[in-house]
Order: sequence, then C-alpha cells, then structure tokens
Amino acid sequence: MTETAPEKSLDVAAFRPPRNQWWDVWDQFKVHKGALAGSLVFGLIVLFCFVGPWFWPYDATFIDIRSRNQGMSLAHPFGTDQLGRDIMARMMAGGQVSLAVGIVAMLLSILIGTLIGVVSGYFRRIDGLMMRMTDLFLALPLLPLLLVMSMLFRQPLSAVFGVEMGMFLLIVTAIGITSWMRTARVVRGDVLALKEREYVLAARSIGTPPRRLILRHILPNVLSPVMVSATLMIATAIITESALSFLGMGFPPDFPTWGRLVYDGIDYLQQYPSRAMLPGVFISLTVLSVNYIGDGLRDALDPRIRGR
Amino acid sequence: MTETPQTDRRKLVEVRDLKMHFPILGGILRRQVGAVKAVDGISFDIFEGETLGVVGESGCGKSTAGRAVLRLYEATAGSIRIDGEDIATLPAEVLRKKRPAMQMVFQDPQASLNPRMTVAGIIGEPLDEHTNWDRKKKLARIYELMDAVGLNRDFANRYPHAFSGGQRQRIGIARALALNPRFIVCDEPIAALDVSIQAQVVNLLEELQDQFGLTYMFISHDLSMVRHIADRVAVMYLGKIVELAPVSRLYDYPLHPYTEALLSAVPEPDPSLERRKDRIVLKGDVPSPANPPKGCNFCTRCPKVMDICHQLDPETVEAVPGHFVACHLVSHPQTAGRTGGAEAEHNQMKTQQGEVA
Repeated sequence: MTETAPEKSLDVAAFRPPRNQWWDVWDQFKVHKGALAGSLVFGLIVLFCFVGPWFWPYDATFIDIRSRNQGMSLAHPFGTDQLGRDIMARMMAGGQVSLAVGIVAMLLSILIGTLIGVVSGYFRRIDGLMMRMTDLFLALPLLPLLLVMSMLFRQPLSAVFGVEMGMFLLIVTAIGITSWMRTARVVRGDVLALKEREYVLAARSIGTPPRRLILRHILPNVLSPVMVSATLMIATAIITESALSFLGMGFPPDFPTWGRLVYDGIDYLQQYPSRAMLPGVFISLTVLSVNYIGDGLRDALDPRIRGR
Repeated sequence: MTETPQTDRRKLVEVRDLKMHFPILGGILRRQVGAVKAVDGISFDIFEGETLGVVGESGCGKSTAGRAVLRLYEATAGSIRIDGEDIATLPAEVLRKKRPAMQMVFQDPQASLNPRMTVAGIIGEPLDEHTNWDRKKKLARIYELMDAVGLNRDFANRYPHAFSGGQRQRIGIARALALNPRFIVCDEPIAALDVSIQAQVVNLLEELQDQFGLTYMFISHDLSMVRHIADRVAVMYLGKIVELAPVSRLYDYPLHPYTEALLSAVPEPDPSLERRKDRIVLKGDVPSPANPPKGCNFCTRCPKVMDICHQLDPETVEAVPGHFVACHLVSHPQTAGRTGGAEAEHNQMKTQQGEVA
C-alpha cells in the first residue's frame, strides 16, 4: 500500500486513463454463459418475428380453406390452422405484437414504479401520499379494471390511432399502470436504506443537489431489484395481454398475438396439440431468455461481482 | 503541538450555542412528544490551521456536532460562523457555493464510498459539482490528489470493494481534499481501521495539514490518538462540552471529573505503571439524551457530586486562560469542601477508587 512508491506509479499510470465503464460491463457480461445463451435465443426470436416475414411467402391473415388443419410439412413447417392460415406466419406476426407489448409495457411499468419508489423514498414529505396511492392501486381488482378501461377508451383511441395502434396503446398503458406497484414498493424500501448511507451524506456535504444525487448515487444502487422485476414484468405483460385478448377486450380476434394463438389452440388441444404448445414454447423461451439476460446484466453492472 | 492557544490567530470556525434536537414523534397524530437532545448548546472556536479534537463516549453527540457544523443536519438553534459567514442561516444555493471550503472525512470507509463508482469517479465528484473543467484537467487533478494521499495512479479505474480499509480511507480523504477546502471535519476517521493503518492515516492527515494549511475538527474516542494529533481538545458528555483546553493542559491537569475518568481509562504502555494506576470507574449508564437529568448532565455518575449539581446546570468558565470547564467544582469551589483542582488528583483518585469499585 504505502510501499508503492509514487515515482513508480507515475509512468505506469500515465498510459492507462480511466476507460469507459461500459467496457467493463461488457467484459463481465461476456463471461456469463446463461446471459450469452439468453441473448442468442432472444436475438433469434426477435429476428424470427421481425425479419422472418420478409422472407416468408405466406401472410398471417391469408386464408386458404382447402389446406386447413395440415400437419407439419416443408410448405408449412408449423402446419396450418382450421382456416388454412399458415401458423408460422401467424407466429411471426403474433410475436411482433407480443414482444412489443411485453417490452413497452415493462418499460412503462418500470419507469412509473422506479419514479414513484425513488420519489417517495427520498422525499419524506410525500412518502405517505405516494405509498397510500400505491396501496390503492394494489387493492384494485386488476382484471375488471382492465376490462372497464378497454371498454371506455377503445373507441376513442381506435378513432385517433387506428384500430391496431389504438389497441396497442390501450393495452400497453393498461398493463403498465396496473403493474408498477411491486417495483415501487421494493425501490422505496431500498432508497430508504440507501439515503442514510454515508456516501449519500458525503455527496450532500459536497453540495450535490438532490436530482443529481439520486441519479448518481441512488438509482445505480437500486438497479438490481429493478432489473429483476423488469425481466419478470415482460412475462407478466405478455400473459396479461393474452388474457385480455381471450376475454375479447384486447386485439380483434383475427389479429394474431402469441397469447391469442395459445387460446385459439386450446380448442384443438386433443387433435393438434402443437397449435397451443408452439406459441406457449415461444412465450416461455422469451421469458426465460430475458430472465437470463437480466441476470447477466445485473451481475455485469455490479462492480462487486464483476471480475469474479 | 502547541502549548498555549495563540489568541492572536484568526478564528476560522466559531460555533455559538449550537443545538441539534431530533424530534420524537408519537401518538396517533404523530405529534412531537419530546426531543433527543443530541447536541445541547455547545460553543467553541477553531483557529485557522489548528486541530480541535473532540472526544467523548459513544452517543455523546460528537458526530452529530460534526455534521451539524457542516450543516448536514439543520441545526435546531445556534450559529455556525465559518470564515465569518453564518452558514446556519444561508439559503441552499449560497451554501452550495460555500461547500468547497468545508469538507468531511467519514468514519466507515466502506460505507462512505459509492460501490458503483470508480475511484476516479469518487474523487472527481466534487470537481464535477463545482468546476467546469474539461475531462483532461479533472483527470490531472484526480491524479494529483491520488499522489497527495499516497494512492497508486493505476487504481483510478478500480472500484472501492477492491481496496483495504486504509486505502479506502485515503480515497475518502482525497475526495475531501479535491476542492482545496480550508476546514475538514474528520468524523472518527480511524475508528474502523486497525492500529497499524490508524497511524498511517493520522500521519497522512498531519502531513496534509502542513502541506495545505488545513484546519481540522477531529472527532474520536481514541484519547491517545487525539493527544497525538490535536492542538486543543473538547470533551463532550451528553450533548455538552464539559471541558475544552489545550492538549497538554487537558491531559496533565484535567479539571472536570468526567475528563479525569476518561483519562484514567487510557491504557498505559508500561505494565508496572499500569498496575499501580488507579482507574476511575464510572457507575451506571449515560442518561438518555431525550431525558437528561436536572442540573449538571453528569450529576448521575459523577464521583464528586455535590448538592448544587442536582439543581443548577454549571456555567462554562475559563478556569485558566484557554482552559474552559463547566463544573461546579471549579465555579463554586467553596461548596466543594475541597480544592477540586488537579493538584491533589492522585490522592483523590485513590479515595474515589475505594468508593466506586
């Protein structure tokens, strides 16, 4: 420690200026095998859903009644459904919607949850108000609320943004504002503990204003629980969307989403089990891969775990 | 170590009647039902370039006083003049501009560094807040500070968890030095370190004081370390300063019974002397700062307690120039029945020993 003579350190250090921390994060992320596999699977699913339709000749809504209920073949790798629509094309189209809903709803919910959690944890004055509001939302029965929301706002939103976009916005908002409470609670608890830490006091003694103090010292340290709820939230959002669609309050019936495909497939579970299984497997794979990515990211972003 | 306080020196910090009460809320309506009087009316000055040691047992309000002096807590009452400006009443934005002049070194080097920031980030944070230098200039300053506290420049990219306690404390010191402060509150900077590292850190603090002309308020419960580093020492008990004197005077001729008891607890390196030494063992616990005793705060445990101590809170008097003490033994020696001074200290201790042990 003290033995390291300053003159020695002078010439060594001059060549190694602080490098961007994201390189360290990437170095650690690379090491996490699960995270790499997860990214690969997730990347493939995204490619399948968004690039696949460019190369696949069939349209998701093209009805060819003569080739209905076909099994797997070269022409239709996943078979066709009871109306002769190509299931692979429907999976691609459904994946686009499901992934978009899952990710956007997750982002929205995490954003609201973290914001409310940090604000109520850091500013004692509005803590009571914010937490009672959170309790209020927790006490709401979610499904009826979602149904009422979609009933009230479906028409006006469709009129402004078009049926699909309007529905997308409605579902994403509905899922987002009904699922942020858990995150908010967890974040608030962590912030309450963190703001009493001495490094926060040190930052205050330097004269760091609250806004930068939160961004620099509090937020990075509540990242782990936020990351965990974010990865779980994608799964929840995809599944909630399918439940809504199943109840007829989501996207229109002919509009494919993974959740919709699962429910459509349930009627034919006896004859064609793959029809419900395939979208189910895709949902599971997405959730699993996102979880692994989240796990790897969390490790990579924590300097204490990094480099081990 | 200076022998006497030079009164001609400029006062950098003047604290007058500083009170820091934490409210106790209770009942259904969360009304204030009482207050923890962590710091209850302390006054002291710190001259430019000197080190004021603050000692006292755990919970006596040392750290709270240190934090209140830097206005990390909003003081309940009193004034804190640093460099002539009363920072207790400054508006937030003006206070922010004043922050660079006063900094703090924290007790727990593990908790005082953000685990998600690199060393360069931690030391550079004050620069980010108070300068608009470009990255290169900041980095140069960070390296300069790391050299000053004896850290290898190569450590700049590492994270706090990779360092030992002593190294972490150096990082904390470098951060405190970043803006060329004039006054640093050291809040038990060595309490969490092992003995060999303590010496390094204290020596570093002394070197830096000589180099940059720093003024320290050195909070500690390690009496021998305070004797080593401080010029003057304030002894705190239950939120009040009971005695304040130049270091040699305080250690050789303590006037307050609490100081005597504290000093008798300092281990003596020579075993034969240690065996012959008489310890003053105080009875009981420190009273709760939420409910301090009537009269003198120390009257519940004082070995030389008198009737007046239970009724009147002693005034702080200047017994000898530069030696302040708040004790009825000094301010009302006639009621004491004996001199109460330090001259007959040894005999007194022996009698106390008999009574107490």
